[in-house]
Amino acid sequence: MILDNDSPVVTHPGATAFPVCELVTLPVGEVVTVTPPGMAAISVFHTSDGLYAIDDTCTHQDASLADGWVEGCTVECPLHEACFDLRTGVPSGPPAKIAVRTHDVSIVDGTVLLHLEEKGDAR
Amino acid sequence: MNTVPNSIVVLGASLAGLSAVRALREKGYAGRLVVAGSEQSLPYDRPPLSKEFLTGDLTDEDLLLMNSDDDTLDVEWRMNRTATGLVRSPDGSHRVTFDDGSHFDADAVVVATGARARTLPGHSGLAGVHTLRSVDDARALRDSLSRAQNLVIVGAGFIGAEVASTAARMSLNVTVVEASPTPLAGPLGIELGAICAGQHAAHGVRLLTGAVVAALLGDDAVEAVQLSDGTILPADAVVVGIGAVPNVEWARDSELMIEDGFLTDSSCRTNVPGVYAIGDCARTFDDAHQVHHRSEHWSNAVAQAATVADTIMATPSGPAAIPYFWSHQYGKMLQFAGTRHSTDEVRFVDGDPGTGTFVATYDRDGDTVGVFAMNSPRLFTRYKKQLARSRA
Repeated sequence: MILDNDSPVVTHPGATAFPVCELVTLPVGEVVTVTPPGMAAISVFHTSDGLYAIDDTCTHQDASLADGWVEGCTVECPLHEACFDLRTGVPSGPPAKIAVRTHDVSIVDGTVLLHLEEKGDAR
Repeated sequence: MNTVPNSIVVLGASLAGLSAVRALREKGYAGRLVVAGSEQSLPYDRPPLSKEFLTGDLTDEDLLLMNSDDDTLDVEWRMNRTATGLVRSPDGSHRVTFDDGSHFDADAVVVATGARARTLPGHSGLAGVHTLRSVDDARALRDSLSRAQNLVIVGAGFIGAEVASTAARMSLNVTVVEASPTPLAGPLGIELGAICAGQHAAHGVRLLTGAVVAALLGDDAVEAVQLSDGTILPADAVVVGIGAVPNVEWARDSELMIEDGFLTDSSCRTNVPGVYAIGDCARTFDDAHQVHHRSEHWSNAVAQAATVADTIMATPSGPAAIPYFWSHQYGKMLQFAGTRHSTDEVRFVDGDPGTGTFVATYDRDGDTVGVFAMNSPRLFTRYKKQLARSRA
């Protein structure tokens, strides 16, 4: 989730790196959605605070958070206005009940990488 | 002047009522909170009732609105209880009476009794004829649809269109009967209403406009719908989706002012001190347009719940929310925000109505006052935020 070019890439044991895109193609304010094999769709947001990756589907109802409104470190679901913290995935209030899963992101040689846990709890 | 009440009773345990108690606790209300609901179920979400719940993709449990965060709400839920009256006691408190003979005294009352489906006059009692408002209604309709071949929907508004879309996906023969010349002309205007209505034909659903129902035919169960021009439409299930009426009759003998809903000011206060009204049952004063307005939309229930909590707690209220609603039909997301007059100019600003993906604005005197989008949530939200900013 942290992002600048000098930060060390911390890859958890068992995590696999999935290339998302070149950083130049994802300017601040943009979002890209990818579906790694065997995973739910994941959206990577480039905000003024850095890159954040969360599961794309709103936990309240079937809506794509990539279509949501980003303000600071929150994204607002385009359908019901549920807000999620991009850093933690935690909803700030109703109607969403459950946090969206977050994922680690890094940049290596200009490429945005997702670090995917095999399986496990939402973090 | 404004002292925080020691006890509050909320009448209505749906989205508005639940949102009100959540907002009150969030703003620090520490007194006693009682919520009385006329249904058996704890608060649940109604929008899926015409969609994923009908197909069986969502269960009763999926609909429930409360989560573990609500464990700390400290609310007394009194379900299966319908209010029958409201009187003011000499000490200024309010006594609510219920249909089971019980009563409850509270310093403040938040009325969120909602609305009920309008029915076709004189057509009750036939099996297979449905309205759709509650989870019980939806369960009965789901059961009917599972055995039906020919479904006739009376009314091409949002409920009608959503049920048509769901039933078409379930491979029923669906006919929608609409009395007006253009469906959804009220909320969206003729031009955009017609575009939405075009979805019916594109998905094999027959839409009859300017068609008035004369009779529902059948002995015990419905067999056909007869129109005023004599047309007979075979039907083994009928859904009547012709709007909703506010649940106000229970308070007829109270001091509350009622005029197609409980009249309130823009802070959700009724004419009786200590009594507030929110959601579908309230006709709230709109400061911007200087009229009373009743809204049945999901987002309005949530917004007014926050407003009433601010009013009761005497905390500053944010700017009024931009009216917003959405609908899902035939796999497309329809969204509207703002206000609309019949004289507004509709401008297509993105996409193409022919492809089912577009954004249009409603312009008045050179200003954008509303936005409608089909399958364009991102751009829609951008316009909606602009509307909010221009109003703030």
